Amino acid sequence: MEAARKLAARSAFIIADLPAPALLRVADALRDSDVTLFNIGASDDRLREADCRANVVHIAPTRAMLADALAQYLVWKQWKRWLLVSGSHDSDKLEADAYRRAAARFGAKIVQERVFEDTGGARRTDSGVTLIQRQIPVFTQQAPAYDVLIAADENEVFASYLPYRTWDARPVAGSAGLRPTSWDAAQDQWGAVQLQNRFMKLNARRMTALDMQAWLAARMIGEAAARTHSGDGKTMRAFLKSPEFSIAGFKGQRLTLRDWNLQLRQPILLVDGRMVVSVSPQEGFLHQVSELDTLGIDRPESKCRLR
Amino acid sequence: MMRSAMMISVCTAGLAAWLVTTTPAAAFLAYVSNEKSNTVSVIDTETWSVIATIKVGQRPRGIDLTHDGKSVLVAVGDDDTVQVIDVATRKVIDSLPSGPDPELFVQNAAGTILYVANENDNTVTVIDIDKRARIGDVQVGVEPEGMAISPDGKVLINTSETTNMAHFIDTTTREIVANVLVDARPRYAEFKRDGSELWVSSEIGGTVSVIDPVKRVVIHKIGFEIAGLRREAIQPVGIGMTKDAKLAFIALGPANRIAVVDVATRKVLKYLLVGQRVWHVAFTPDEKYLLTTNGVSNDVSVIDVAAQKVIKTIQVGELPWGVAMARP
Repeated sequence: MEAARKLAARSAFIIADLPAPALLRVADALRDSDVTLFNIGASDDRLREADCRANVVHIAPTRAMLADALAQYLVWKQWKRWLLVSGSHDSDKLEADAYRRAAARFGAKIVQERVFEDTGGARRTDSGVTLIQRQIPVFTQQAPAYDVLIAADENEVFASYLPYRTWDARPVAGSAGLRPTSWDAAQDQWGAVQLQNRFMKLNARRMTALDMQAWLAARMIGEAAARTHSGDGKTMRAFLKSPEFSIAGFKGQRLTLRDWNLQLRQPILLVDGRMVVSVSPQEGFLHQVSELDTLGIDRPESKCRLR
Repeated sequence: MMRSAMMISVCTAGLAAWLVTTTPAAAFLAYVSNEKSNTVSVIDTETWSVIATIKVGQRPRGIDLTHDGKSVLVAVGDDDTVQVIDVATRKVIDSLPSGPDPELFVQNAAGTILYVANENDNTVTVIDIDKRARIGDVQVGVEPEGMAISPDGKVLINTSETTNMAHFIDTTTREIVANVLVDARPRYAEFKRDGSELWVSSEIGGTVSVIDPVKRVVIHKIGFEIAGLRREAIQPVGIGMTKDAKLAFIALGPANRIAVVDVATRKVLKYLLVGQRVWHVAFTPDEKYLLTTNGVSNDVSVIDVAAQKVIKTIQVGELPWGVAMARP
């Protein structure tokens, strides 16, 4: 809180990578100032719904947006029978909720759900592979007929153990296998290769989704200053919230803000670690305002009332 | 094999004869760069068929003919060079020293100097075409792409995709003399033939900015609305303007359409449905036809300019990007 107040005294914009409760505390503490927060880290839907705030712009996609992006592709692929395996942490449960919602929305069926309990223990052990190879087939056996296994494991406890180890020969998606994300180092379409090259040159590592979300926040601040010819926080914030605002983000189309909850609309990449397999929204998922609004909770369903 | 080949040639000859009698157009050659195939397709505008496919370097995009008509220049981005194709032999015979990832280029009026936008290092390279030598560099914004030269030859325009500006470069001093902010991801720049206006397309912004080149300000923005299409799908890229400056044809990318714009009123008269993700356009020298490269559908659409109708689709290589036109 102290850090946030100090930053707020110097700058009209703060880029925040905070968990939801901390982000809300900061947002409420700065409520009467002209400071705008950019949420680049928290994917909680509630921050854009019941707990939305007028001084927080959300760059990170929500769990619902990510789940919908994957669901559209799986439905397009006609892989509609899902085995849902979720972790035992609260955020895993929220992710599983997002997949249940996505299945209902796009006509997929969750044929069974299983929970992978996090019992602690070391992730890196000698002869770990041998053990995992024995455990995972057992864990996934005797499932009803399914097309794809969806892992909801935000805490990275078990999902990466699943591909190639399931009892049935089925693809894995969600937290491992085919993953929905805002960015990946393999993304090179729409001029992205230049951005990736610049990032690599500057940081000697590959660009992650969090990097992209931070970059976009900084770019939005720069764009607001350039378009309004102003460095004034209030003027820039008004521009960002106006219908004139849009930004190029190397995703093949303009990105805009949902005016009802200040969430950045964005295509979601589906990646396997080496390739961008597809980009959602998928062809044929239509919307009267923006096809990007087929991803996540839409205006008519939104509980957000910006104050 | 022989038999079927002969059958085909007989058929094509028959078709060609029929076309000649019905459409007495002068024959020109169109050169189309295929970004994914690493080839250039040669289209005969009399038969509207691909008569040759030339192997070039990796990721060919920007393409044009030298003013003497003897060579085709093609920017092969992933090979970091501009290749020179001999028109007579249809083979790559040389290359020009561009910077990394050249994308689009423009020549001066005399056809002696080539200005190349290098997407990867934020520079425009100046090349002496005859000597095949790099004679200068200009530092510009991030991801330079669109290139145009004023009809009087004094000002070079470069658009940078991520800085979102049209840079005005003095061709004598090779210094930037002005920057004009346009909408997001400017990709192509085109002067009106009399030099009174500069048009710049913004792919992500979804507009074409009309710039007063003397005052160096945006005086108008052309927007596009197509019933049934979301705004995000409308992404203007290539621009072709008739010599009399009456009509402009603007490629709208994944909107799969060409907008026909009345240059004087800057109003859209019509949208012509072409192939998927239309990138760039080129007129036949007589301006009877306009060819468009359709990236995703791997074809070229032919538009009858007077009738403002699409009359033909020609299959080319994978991801056709640029197109340049020549007298045979």
